Amino acid sequence: MATPQSTVEGAAPRVPLFYDPRVRGIAYQVLVFAGLIALIYWIIGNTTANLQRANIASGFDFLQGRAGFDIGDSLVEFSSDSTYGRALFVGFLNTLRVAIVGIITATIIGFIIGIGRLSKNWLINRICLVYVEVFRNIPPLLVIFFWYFGVLSVLPLPRESIDLPFGSYLNSRGLYFPRFLWGEGAWLVLVGLVLGIVFTFFVRRWAHRRQMATGEQFPVFWTSVALIGGLPLLAFVVTGLPLSFEFPELSTFNLRGGIQVRPEFLALYLALSFYTAAFIAEIVRAGVLGVSHGQSEAAQALGLRSSQSMRLVIIPQALRIIIPPLTSQYLNLTKNSSLAVAIGYPDLVATGGTTLNQTGQAIEVVAIWLVVYLGLSLGTAGLMNWYNARMALVER
Amino acid sequence: MKNIVKALLGSAAIAMMAAPASAATLDDVKAKGHVQCGVNTGLIGFSAPDDQGNWKGLDVDFCRAVAAAIFDDPEAVEFTPLSAKDRFTALQSGEVDVLSRNTTWTISRDTALGLNFAGVTYYDGQGFMINAKKLEGINSALQLSGAAVCVQAGTTTELNLADYFKANNMEYSPVVFEKFEEVNAAYDAGRCDVYTTDQSGLYAVRLNLTNPDDHIVLPEIISKEPLGPAVRHGDDQWLDIVKWVYYALVNAEELGISQANLEEKMNSDNPEVRRLLGTEEGSKLGTDLGLTNDFAVRAIKHVGNYGEIFERNVGAESPLKISRGINALWTKGGLQYGMPIR
Ligand SMILES: N[C@@H](CCC(=O)N[C@@H](CS)C(=O)NCC(=O)O)C(=O)O
Repeated sequence: MATPQSTVEGAAPRVPLFYDPRVRGIAYQVLVFAGLIALIYWIIGNTTANLQRANIASGFDFLQGRAGFDIGDSLVEFSSDSTYGRALFVGFLNTLRVAIVGIITATIIGFIIGIGRLSKNWLINRICLVYVEVFRNIPPLLVIFFWYFGVLSVLPLPRESIDLPFGSYLNSRGLYFPRFLWGEGAWLVLVGLVLGIVFTFFVRRWAHRRQMATGEQFPVFWTSVALIGGLPLLAFVVTGLPLSFEFPELSTFNLRGGIQVRPEFLALYLALSFYTAAFIAEIVRAGVLGVSHGQSEAAQALGLRSSQSMRLVIIPQALRIIIPPLTSQYLNLTKNSSLAVAIGYPDLVATGGTTLNQTGQAIEVVAIWLVVYLGLSLGTAGLMNWYNARMALVER
Repeated sequence: MKNIVKALLGSAAIAMMAAPASAATLDDVKAKGHVQCGVNTGLIGFSAPDDQGNWKGLDVDFCRAVAAAIFDDPEAVEFTPLSAKDRFTALQSGEVDVLSRNTTWTISRDTALGLNFAGVTYYDGQGFMINAKKLEGINSALQLSGAAVCVQAGTTTELNLADYFKANNMEYSPVVFEKFEEVNAAYDAGRCDVYTTDQSGLYAVRLNLTNPDDHIVLPEIISKEPLGPAVRHGDDQWLDIVKWVYYALVNAEELGISQANLEEKMNSDNPEVRRLLGTEEGSKLGTDLGLTNDFAVRAIKHVGNYGEIFERNVGAESPLKISRGINALWTKGGLQYGMPIR
């Protein structure tokens, strides 16, 4: 940066190097960087020395060792003969599972509550307000305990399970559904579903173009329902109903067969969803309020119904305000999922903790945790940033 | 997150530990004026705070004995309650000087985890507890196939459980918690059919259930659980101190020296008694250990001999009423055997 003085005089002034802001800036950065490197170097050296003196093993070889413990809830095959590495993987999948379903549910509840907060209906408005205030002001751990111990203690034992429709049961061991056993030819149903989705896509494009050209509307929604629901159903009937069910049945201790959703997962999932939804609701409310009032008046003047103006005019603009803070709520939910450990849901922190304890590889396991959570957060943030860029105002 | 942060701090402590800190634990302990002792968060009989907030139990008394041997003061000890999962990191990182927390002595803990065990203060084994009211007709662990089993994370219990069910071709659904209270609450709420841990632990847990009398401990013992105090690897002197305080307590029982008759025994002319109590002319047994010659006297005076500690905390004088069994002295058919003091 040339100083005004130098331009005036035409020749570079003889300023000592030390006072040149640019040189100084670089010097400071080099110093800090060197300090950082020295610190890291010292930490690594010191750690290694300490570990050696204490005779604690180090390195990542332990991941290949036999775990020796079982995990109650796993999306992939796992037994005590599997490795520690696999135990961590199982935990990772469990973290992902609860984070993904939690994010979807929290978003849905959050949008409903957030829009409900703006409703002119007094009752809806107040209910949503109370929801937000209650959940926003209770620590998430308490919400989790509430769902777990509170709900668990009122549910009956397996022998007195509550009967739900379709051969499902609810008891203190969780929620049991019948398992679908697909028979021969069932793949056609899947083909029907895929075809239905593909056709829907084309129909929508076609309907959109036609409306642009002629202004005529087409019942896209009902056609989609018919395609996506009807085609698989047709395939199902044609192939001769190739489906049977495995119903959960009572054995000595628990229900056997069917699909079991364990209370640990349920409690964590519900707690995280309800808790985060309260924050999302406020973000949605702020986003909608942030769209200038003129927009909804204009939409009204065009003759859009209020639901249409919400869907077509307000929300798309509100999203630009909503998405960035929404991203941090998603990150919060993912990170809060590590509270799982309090109610025995085997997420990455739980299985990692057991591994840490059995092998003593504290530093390695903590490093894995850091990398995985950092990766998850960066991944989520990246995805949301991409979405944000897509939704951003395109200036013409 | 809290757990991650905790583990992070633990490993950070390992990383930052200045070199001399772990070298001479005895000097550190003397400098700070107390022994930092890692105990259980609340297992009746082993270590649990009473209603006045005083720590009580066999593991607690052992730490008090160590403190008494060093400082002639059983109160010169501070307790750090540790969950099963956090205990080893706490010891490794120097947060505690001795871990006296119903910890099973195993080879991997001795080697890969960098611990040294000083002895076995309680010989135990793993058992199962069920609610007999709700599960009538179950009277053996071999009938447990299909059960949901509550267990605490980071224990040998968790591993033995997997081995036992696998060896007997049975299935089970593990419900694993990190905190002791959570395991207890979940079992009490009917989340699982079976509670498994060291048998002594089962009796202690049962006392705190809503209806203790409904629950029975099944007869099978599926493992060996030698529980004892552990110290960090790499400080032989400190290991010796902890080890010989334990042997002194056992030898005291064997020689009939108790809190009550200690004064009188001080004048004994039995050479064995004199060596233990440091009354032998010119003896250096205690000072060679880095303590004083009367270290055993100090320990016995304040907490009693091994038998007294046992009876007071887990035996006949306690709510647990556990019999000495294999924890009797070797002279009475048990396994407690104090190495010779000479
Ligand atoms: N002896 C076993 C188990 C010890 C253990 O932690 N037992 C549990 C169940 S009785 C316990 O004492 N928990 C209390 C706590 O975490 O504070 C081991 O060393 O791994």
